Amino acid sequence: MVDLVWFQLLSAVLFVIGLYGVMARRSAVLIVMSIELMLNAVNINLIAAASHMEGTGKFTDFDGQLIAIFIITVAAAEVGLALAIILRMFRNKSTVNVNEINLMKW
Amino acid sequence: MAWFVFILLAVLTIGGALGVVVSRNVVHAALSLLVSLIAVAGVYLVLFAEFLALVQVLIYGGAIIIVLMFAVMLTRNADYPRITDNKQWPLAALAAIAFLGVIAPSFIYDRVENTQSQNASFTGIGESLFTTWAVPFEIASLVLLIAVIGAIIIARSDEEES
Repeated sequence: MVDLVWFQLLSAVLFVIGLYGVMARRSAVLIVMSIELMLNAVNINLIAAASHMEGTGKFTDFDGQLIAIFIITVAAAEVGLALAIILRMFRNKSTVNVNEINLMKW
Repeated sequence: MAWFVFILLAVLTIGGALGVVVSRNVVHAALSLLVSLIAVAGVYLVLFAEFLALVQVLIYGGAIIIVLMFAVMLTRNADYPRITDNKQWPLAALAAIAFLGVIAPSFIYDRVENTQSQNASFTGIGESLFTTWAVPFEIASLVLLIAVIGAIIIARSDEEES
């Protein structure tokens, strides 16, 4: 039986890797991929908490899994919109390098 | 046995994630992301969340990777090999490790007492989704609809707009 803390540490490491990707990458597509990693880290945390704390009174049944389902839904919507925005960006500036998208930069 | 499977899946998850943030080739990064996402589906199986594992493989492993591959394909140009990391990457690594240094001890020192992990049945999830969580479920469908309409409006070409 694997303790809850190991799942939490796995999700923390995954989240931090995604955070590094968002901050360090320059291609918009790679930034979206890193955001997916962060969403997955949150999902691991929620599902681990749901399955380990069931019946302790801290969670009603399945709540963590249901929130994870909603996160997956939002992630799907987010990737679709991100594709549209990246395509528009590429058409207007013919680059996906976020350092060159500085039209609104002060 | 559970430990062995968990360690294997954790290594695959973190290895894939590192591949996403380190790889210089965007297609390789997408394939590393696929490895990571499938390994996360395995982690859900270790946690007895079969439905979520199924959803993870279908939506992340299928749909989202395909959409990301489309994004890579449709924005292909000469500067993909050059696009790698920002100049600020050491700072980003420092900030990320500092964040890990905050959240990892908080998980370790504030442990939750361990109970046996249980199997959440498909019927239980369905009942809960359509009773307690019915309103968020409807809102989620609205979010998807709006996202699809918004994506179409943003991505359509200029000639069609007039």
